Parts: sequence; structure tokens; C-alpha cells
Amino acid sequence: MRIARFLLAATLLVAGTALPAFAANLQIDGAGATFPYPIYSKWFAEYNKLHPDIQINYQSIGSGGGIRQLTNQTVFFGASDGPMTPEQMLAAPGKIFHFPTVLGAVVPVYNLEIQDELKFSGETLANIVLGKITRWNDPALAKDNPGVALPDGEITFVHRSDGSGTSYIWCDYLSKISPEYKKTVGVATSVNWPVGLGGKGNEGVAGLVKQTPGSLGYVELIYALHNQIPYGSVKSLDGEFVKASVEAVTAAAGSATGKMPADFRVSITNAPGKGVYPISSFTWLLLYENPKDKQRSKIMVDFMKWALSEGQKFAPELGYAPLPKGVVDLELPALAKVKVK
Amino acid sequence: MGLFRARTRTDESRFFRLGVGSVAFLTIAVVVGIALVMVQESRLSIQKFGWSFWRTTRWDPVAGEFGALPFLWGTLFSSFLALLLATPIALGIAVFLSELAPFRWRRPLVFLTELLAAIPSVVYGMWGIFVLVPFVRALQLHTPAWLAATPFFKGPPLGIGLLAASLVLAVMVIPFSASVAREILKSVPFTQREAAYALGATRWEAIRMALYYGRTGIMGAIMLGLGRALGETIAVTMVIGNNPQISLSLYAPQYTMASVIANEFTEAADNLYLNALVEIGLVLLIVTVLINALSRLLIWRMSRVRTATPQPAASPVAAGA
Repeated sequence: MRIARFLLAATLLVAGTALPAFAANLQIDGAGATFPYPIYSKWFAEYNKLHPDIQINYQSIGSGGGIRQLTNQTVFFGASDGPMTPEQMLAAPGKIFHFPTVLGAVVPVYNLEIQDELKFSGETLANIVLGKITRWNDPALAKDNPGVALPDGEITFVHRSDGSGTSYIWCDYLSKISPEYKKTVGVATSVNWPVGLGGKGNEGVAGLVKQTPGSLGYVELIYALHNQIPYGSVKSLDGEFVKASVEAVTAAAGSATGKMPADFRVSITNAPGKGVYPISSFTWLLLYENPKDKQRSKIMVDFMKWALSEGQKFAPELGYAPLPKGVVDLELPALAKVKVK
Repeated sequence: MGLFRARTRTDESRFFRLGVGSVAFLTIAVVVGIALVMVQESRLSIQKFGWSFWRTTRWDPVAGEFGALPFLWGTLFSSFLALLLATPIALGIAVFLSELAPFRWRRPLVFLTELLAAIPSVVYGMWGIFVLVPFVRALQLHTPAWLAATPFFKGPPLGIGLLAASLVLAVMVIPFSASVAREILKSVPFTQREAAYALGATRWEAIRMALYYGRTGIMGAIMLGLGRALGETIAVTMVIGNNPQISLSLYAPQYTMASVIANEFTEAADNLYLNALVEIGLVLLIVTVLINALSRLLIWRMSRVRTATPQPAASPVAAGA
């Protein structure tokens, strides 16, 4: 019964989202990560104002689902918070390009009755997640926060229960810091968490952290900013404690520009440089190099050019960090390689 | 029933019968179709892990190792605890509404209990987070030390965990069990009660007799609630803590089969991973279908007993009284 009801609802939903397409002359479908959904929908709406005959639809079904649908060619473009794995690239029927669109960051949030703002080094965060640091007055935390009176209480770690690009970025950073973390937890959108509680979505994690005294969790920077949740600063590779901000995240991408691989599948967590926030990441839009439909391909390339130039100005107001100019300059020639005829 | 017994073999009735028959068949075909697709979509995981899938505890999408025992444990533990909490209340409601409540109050009260079933589960989940979780945390902070030392009540005071999930489930299950149990009690022939009173039974004894008479149907009502609790997803996901561990503690965060599917399905890009999630869904489907079938069978047997013995005076009444 329940499944039958679900199928009916799904059919109605699909029919409902397809309807507006009749109004436009050309429709392009994409699917993928939930993290960039706000900026993508803003971009598609703005682009539609410039080109009223073109309608780009985006379903935020998750990075994994986006990659799957792109591989099955049920959508024209995909989007992911983590680069595709070599196995995933091989499974696709054609070569897929990764294009960084904007940047995001993940911040540690906590619920502790103290006035001072907390600082975290990567090792401390890794050991908390691994269950090796269990109390707030642990010497490692005291070392990160000299002069702060840390209470004696148990740390409850709160993580995402749903598969998420946010978890991917968080684990990617901690794996770079701690070899043990890399071995026992690893990097993925869903992992086998050694300790802690799981909350569904950014709002689930934030809700649990707000409710549970002595808890520590992680959410996207946008989420912490919009909801005024206090978050700690994190020690960068250069040894300074940096609080996440749009500028500090763009700085992380800037420091990676020089070593950017040709396919843009690069992690920029724990990047070197001054004022760099270490838990930062690109989010990627995925396109086939040689799509069958050249008409849509031409439009997507035009859209991407617009998004990488004009479109970037919408990023900060939505809490994303815009790409540094160096990265955009590398992307434009790569974009020219997508076959449009 | 009367329709079929009448056997009016006109063309219209045959056409009508064919029409409703095919619609009914379609429902069965959908369920069978879903099961077949799920077997097909979980074959990678079934082939690779076999029975060890349900015996091992490590759920590691990164390493591609999947053991679903903690989810099975969490589902059964939370559902049975919910039943334990819900059954006395549901029976109390059923007895009150069918035997004790003043007549003019019965209809509105029945309506109100059944209204509980209409509340969306996500609303129950929010209520769980904002009301039950702080309540459970307070309860835990006031748990006496000797009790907190037992494996059933140990762990840090989080509030989130198995007990919170079971409490939410109990409230969600009550309207179902209570309304079916009330119907069952109503179906106990009045002659039974009269006979009990005639033998000098008190009101309490007469109610006990009615409960005993309807025991099969009441079991069915309880199991109907179990079927509902096993499959409940979002409300449980919001309060259970989503930690795949096997713990006896009511305060420990745990995980259920329905929750892990809801949580991890969208981001499961790897084939084996996806297959493992579908296999969990398949087992959940089988378990809930079996439980529901069994409960219907019990309820049906009860109503058949009633229609088969229209002269209950002939049956042994003294058994319960």
C-alpha cells in the first residue's frame, strides 16, 4: 500500500516538474548534488531571463544519483561534490569532463557553554571522530585553545546520517591529516563512523548539536551563516587558525591554481597559503566530452561560460565562495573542448 | 458477501465482477512485481554476501563491506519495545470505548483516537525531537545509578536513541491497534456478556471474558501495529540516532532498516552498495507482508468464529469468567 502510494506520488511529481517545460522551446535536464542546488537554481532562473526559450531543469537528488543518471544518460549533465572515481569514469559510455563551478566549506559546530570561540587542529578533530578524544578538557583540546577554561564533559560527535558531499569534504580533510583516519574511516559520501549520532541533512546535524549539550558536529558554511550557528576555526597547513569565510575559501582555491590538474579533479582541502581555510572544496558540474545532442551541448557550453563569468557574482549572497580568476582562466579552454557540432 | 451468494448471472454482474476482479488482481501483481524487481536489483549483494549479510555487523560503504545485522536488530528492538509500550494503552482505550464510556461520548472519542493515525509521520518526528528527546534525556539524568549500571540503561544522556524512537512508534501504533481491538470487542456477541452477568460476573469479570473471547483478534490488532512499526521510516530516523550498533541499552543510539535506506539511498553511487540497500528493503518487505498477513489471518479467524456460532449459548462460556 505504502509503496503503491509512493509510486503514485512520484508519478504526479514527475508530471508536475515536467509541465513547465512545455512553455519553453528547449529543455535541458540535469541532476546531482544537493549542496550547490541553491546557486544552480538561481543560475538557471537568471539564464532563463536572458534566454527565455531555454529551460534548464535540475533535480538535487544527491551526487551519487547524479553520477548514476549521467552514466545512464537519462540526464544531460550531472553535478557532484566529490570528483568521480576512476571506476565511475570507466563505467560511463563516454569521456566526462569535470568543471568546478563554485566553492563551499564545512565548519565544525559545537554546543558548549563557554564564551570563547574554540579552535581546532586537524589532529584533534580526527581523534574526536575516531573516538580517541572523548572529553572536552582533553590535553589536545587544551593545547589548541590556550587560556580557555574547557569544561569536563563528554564529547558527543554528530555526523550526517544521509550520504552527503559535506561528509565527503569533512572526511577528505581529516584523511589528509591523519593516516589512521584514512585507514579506518576513509573518504566517501557515506562512511562507517566509529562513534557518534547521525542527523539527517545539515538541519538534522544542526538540530542535534543545538539540542545536545557537549556535542560537536559539522555543517556547510552556508548553513552555519544563515542560521547563526557558532562555529570554530580550524588550523591551516601553515599553522594559523582560520575561521571560515567566503574570502578564506576562495583563498584555498587560489592556492591550488598553480597545481591544477588538466581534468580539475582535485581536492583543495588542507591547502597551503596564508588565510586559507582548510576544509574547503570545489563542487563540480559534469558534462560529456562528446554528447549526442549537439544543440543542447552548445547551449550548456554557453551557459557555463556565463556561469563562470557573470554568474559568479551571485555566489557570495548565497553563501558560496566564487572561483578565483586563475581557475576560471583554466576552465575556459577546457570548456572549448566540449564538442558542440 | 451477499452479492456473491445471490448469484445473479446477468451480463452486467459478470462484467462488473470481471472489472473489480482485475483491479484486485492488479494490486497483487504490483506487490509481486515490486518483490521481483527488488530481487533482481539486489542480486550482487545476495551473491557476494549470502547469509553472512544478515549475520555480520560491519557496514562500511568505503571498503564495500556490508553486514545488516545492526539494522535488523534496531528494527526488531524498537518495534517490539514500541508494542510493549503501546499494547496496554491501546487495550485500555479499546475497552473504555467499547465497554465503559458513556454512549454519547463514544463517537467523538473514537474519532479523536483515529485522528492520531492521520498525523503525518514527519510531524511525529518533529514532536519527537522537540518533546520526547528532552524528556528522555531528563529521564536518563534521573535514572538511579544501580539501574544505569545495567546493560539496559547505560550510556551518556543524549535523549536521542532507541527509547525515544520506541515512544514515537508507540504513539503512532496506538490508534491502529486500539481501533481494531475495539472492533473486535464490539464483535463479541452480546449473549456472551449476558451469560457472564447471568452467572453473577462483575463488570470487570465480564470485560475479562470479552477480552478472552476476542484474544485471537486482539493478537491480530497488536500485530497490525507491529507491521506499522517495522516499516516506519522518517519519524524513527529523526530520533533514533542512526548508529549501526547492537546494544541492549534503551538509551543507546541505534539504527533501523527503513532508516538506513532513507538515509543512504540517494548517495549510493556504487553498484554493490546500492544492491545491499535494496536487499535490506527486500527483507523489510517480506517481513512486513508476513506480519500483516498473519495479523489479518488472526482478525479474520476471529470474525469467522463470530459468524459461525450465531448461537453462542451453546459454546462453553465459563472459560473466561
